[in-house]
Amino acid sequence: MPKVRLPKIPDAVVPPPLRKPAKPGSAGTPKGQAPSDLKTAPERPSHGDRLVGVAKEAPVDALGWVDQRLAASGFLTGMLYRKVPKGTNWFYTLGSATLFAFIVQAVTGVFLAMYYTPSATQAYHSIAHINNDVPLGQFVHGMHKWGSSVMVILIFLHMGRTFFFGAYKYPRELNWVIGVVLLILTMTMAFTGYLLPFDQRSFWASVVGININGTGPIVGPYLSDFLRAGPELGATTLSRFYAIHMLLVPGAIIALIGAHMYLVVKLGTTAPPWVKATRPKVASPVAQLEAGVEGNGRVNGAGTRIDGAPIDGEGNGAEPA
Amino acid sequence: MADDANKVNGVEEAPKQERAKPDPPGYFEGESMTRRRAFTVGAQALGGLAGAGIILPAVGFAIAPIFHRGKERWEAVGPISEFVEDTYRQVVFTETEGIGDAGKTTAYVRKSSKELGEEPGLYVAVSNRCAHLGCPVRFVEAAGNFICPCHGGVYDFQGKRIGGPPVRPLDQFQTRVRNGQVELGPRYSVTSQMEPVRARDPGEFTGGIWEYLYPPRPSTFPPP
Repeated sequence: MPKVRLPKIPDAVVPPPLRKPAKPGSAGTPKGQAPSDLKTAPERPSHGDRLVGVAKEAPVDALGWVDQRLAASGFLTGMLYRKVPKGTNWFYTLGSATLFAFIVQAVTGVFLAMYYTPSATQAYHSIAHINNDVPLGQFVHGMHKWGSSVMVILIFLHMGRTFFFGAYKYPRELNWVIGVVLLILTMTMAFTGYLLPFDQRSFWASVVGININGTGPIVGPYLSDFLRAGPELGATTLSRFYAIHMLLVPGAIIALIGAHMYLVVKLGTTAPPWVKATRPKVASPVAQLEAGVEGNGRVNGAGTRIDGAPIDGEGNGAEPA
Repeated sequence: MADDANKVNGVEEAPKQERAKPDPPGYFEGESMTRRRAFTVGAQALGGLAGAGIILPAVGFAIAPIFHRGKERWEAVGPISEFVEDTYRQVVFTETEGIGDAGKTTAYVRKSSKELGEEPGLYVAVSNRCAHLGCPVRFVEAAGNFICPCHGGVYDFQGKRIGGPPVRPLDQFQTRVRNGQVELGPRYSVTSQMEPVRARDPGEFTGGIWEYLYPPRPSTFPPP
């Protein structure tokens, strides 16, 4: 397949604070030389010149004005122009896809909440109202319902990519742990969200789901009482699930997604396992010995190179090693 | 160079003289803790107290239902003449109030039978909640069995498990007769020997060691 070269974005369309920072030493001055304006003593500017300077410094664009106060462009350009390893491919977009699925869930969820009533006697009718009467109601409800399955599937694909590419290894273990917590929180969202329509399917699915939770020894019975807010599925079970689904878990997910992405940017991504690392060329141990380089344990006293299984001098009981 | 001179065969010699350690700032003779440290510990303790003052009531608010037992509820389900010994009559009554149809549950009621070794003159009310995961079972007249549609649990005429994944017999409801009407009360579970115990959720074993592994909850009523 011919490689498609994406056209470069011209600098003129990128706002100045977000332009790719110049490589050190490449900005007109040759490396190792002082900039020319430091070689000659600066002339004292006149009052008029100084006014012109002030006017030149003043930002004319809104983004520059914000950036002068926020000083965020350094962070943003560092994040947007960060290096990614050779071999980065479409599999690396599964994490962003999961994030996008979460954003879709958050946005559609906020709009569903405008019509939904979290009460055991009215929940079903409010959902029926969304589906049947509200313009585009069934579409938004459908996006939320099917989007939840999409999000769970994407999480597992993203997790599989991380596992099979070995991207969970040092120093990225903590990000794997955060990801597992995010997976559990997403499952909590799926479980609590399922009850909210309060139709026959969601009612009995929640009965069975809570009873499965209850089969854990010692704590199980109390856990199911906690989930139901009582010995039977009752009036407060739905509001409890609603609060967990709407307020508790989304906040935790947003915070942990922030930590997850911070670590991705901070630690960088890994190359796929089929991309071999290229090492800088190092002279062979023998050549090093000849050149008088000391301290290489892979060359014995006779100057013979040893590969694989290094051995010491012959055993001698009379002399210490 | 001066450091190397102190070393003999790599072992560092102890310095000749210990310098007097200067007192940390804010330290006064006879005090076990500097003032700075005392204030740090005090401020952190106050912060922890304030945090606990917010967190503990909130957590207690969320877990309070575990320790709350609702009011005992009895509901008449029909005159005594409607119930016989050799088959069940299906009744629907409200177990949880205030949530409409979702709070209703089904029970199968009959007169106690001497042939099965039960005390005569009483009424038996078997819950339709499967002891596997809580699906609704139904009584099949022709077979004389209770059958669960979800995972194939089968119970005999008394509600004892005879097949499928359930872990114990079907739950029962307490019964009494008032003004010629049979009334159903709180739910209770039974062991495989049909001994009543406090109500357990579906999927939890009863009797023996299981009474400790699935402890009774404060929200349930004592068995009859």
